[in-house]
Amino acid sequence: MGVGIEVKNLNAWYGNNHTLQDINLHIPANQATALIGPSGCGKSTFVRCLNRMHETNPIAKVEGSVHIGDLDVYNDASPVEIRRRVGMVFQRPNPFPTMSIYDNVASGLRLNGFRNRRVLDEVVERSLKHAALWDEVKDDLKKKSGASLSGGQQQRLCIARALAVDPEVLLMDEPASALDPVSTAKIEDLIFQLKSQYTIVIVTHNMQQAARVAERTGFFLSGKLVEFDTTHKIFTNPGDKRTEDYITGRFG
Amino acid sequence: MMANTQYKAGKANHWRRFLANHLASGLAVASTIIVVAPLVAILLYLIYKGASSLNLNFFTQIPRPVGESGGGMANAIVGSAVLLGLGSLLGVPLGIAAGIYLAEFGRGGRLANFVRFTADVLNGVPSIVMGISVYALIVLPQKHFSALSGGVALGIMMIPTITRTTEEMLLMVPNSIREAALGLGVPNWRSVLSITLKTASPGVITGCMLAFARVAGETAPLLFTAFGNNFWSTSVNEPIAALPLQIYVYAISPYDEWHRLAWAGALVLIVLIVVSVALVRYVTTRGVLKGAS
Repeated sequence: MGVGIEVKNLNAWYGNNHTLQDINLHIPANQATALIGPSGCGKSTFVRCLNRMHETNPIAKVEGSVHIGDLDVYNDASPVEIRRRVGMVFQRPNPFPTMSIYDNVASGLRLNGFRNRRVLDEVVERSLKHAALWDEVKDDLKKKSGASLSGGQQQRLCIARALAVDPEVLLMDEPASALDPVSTAKIEDLIFQLKSQYTIVIVTHNMQQAARVAERTGFFLSGKLVEFDTTHKIFTNPGDKRTEDYITGRFG
Repeated sequence: MMANTQYKAGKANHWRRFLANHLASGLAVASTIIVVAPLVAILLYLIYKGASSLNLNFFTQIPRPVGESGGGMANAIVGSAVLLGLGSLLGVPLGIAAGIYLAEFGRGGRLANFVRFTADVLNGVPSIVMGISVYALIVLPQKHFSALSGGVALGIMMIPTITRTTEEMLLMVPNSIREAALGLGVPNWRSVLSITLKTASPGVITGCMLAFARVAGETAPLLFTAFGNNFWSTSVNEPIAALPLQIYVYAISPYDEWHRLAWAGALVLIVLIVVSVALVRYVTTRGVLKGAS
């Protein structure tokens, strides 16, 4: 089951660049939450703060608190543990090129020392089915490299890989921006199905996509969260002038 | 009218392109031939000079005393294998580990820059100097020549090449692959070893083979260390024979018989290097999957 995310006074820096300023928001469990905003507004930085990927950059710094369920992300656990509970899907599909499809999905468990063959088989099949990729790849699971799949398939493979470690939250950083419309539609369908089991945070440049998949939407601008509300409210009756300008395409 | 002039211009362009294209590919082919020609020439000349002296005895017997005909280089072949084994045992892990440090942990730091600079300098140190250094470090304190000291000299010579190629190859692995691993909750050290290094492994192996092939033919660093041995020895504490050393000694000797054996030895050395490189390449690429990049 997914859990909610509570963010309080979150600030982030890259060097001297104050990329996130005083972010406060509550992301509800088992819903999809979309983050929109122009390039460089901090929305990617924000999701990377949720699983502590932000700090993998040596010049990056974070302050404030993030709670995922009852877990204090910045105090209770190591980044490694956090990232096992908070899965991430990146903008460009990034399967491990030397691994087979099977090994890609099993990698999260295997690299953490999990070896039981029968359970791995089960997890791989379940994750690939969850990611709606099973029927397309079940015949060459161990024969083909993950890199031999098409872009859309690779992205679903990456989703399956993230699901295999059984996270509570799934962060998606523009998961469909490198994909064609058909593959994008598949990813969106997938988000719809996954919502029942995971809390999903999706960064997107595509406002229609936000409107289609997300219950709630947040609008970021220059490192600040301008508005956060139900998707319906944001797109039909935004409370802030800047939100309205952005979604109607008047700037950006 | 308009169409006609355009057509003419196109035609002229076509010929210019045709010429430029063929000139460029001609040059590329010619350069390739120039590069490969000496290699083929050396190999053919070695076969011409050396093949006739090759027989089973060459691979099974040790050198005979002067004046007695026959004999072989079995001890030198085994000796070279021992020396290269010792050298690889030292050079490959240290070289790869240093390369990993440069690319993954020390990136841009002062220590990393210092290590990189040292590796580049070490790469340019003449091999005879390497021999003398190891002589001073190991042979003098121990008061005798040994296979161990020879292996150490070869191993040290392998390190800079392996370190620098490992670093370059790791830096070529896209960052998105590292992020994918970290994002799955894989600890950094594990991600470096199982993901980044594995993705870069074809290049890293090429680097190791390059270093191996280079030191396999080295004579100078062995002169003061392994020293050479006319008898059977596989002990790491005794002086040991090596193909390049044996070739050197035989080639500068005044005896025709020994000259012929030196040619045969050179041929065997080259063939052994080619075979071992091909073997490693075969073994390490066997499991590569369809569509893997």
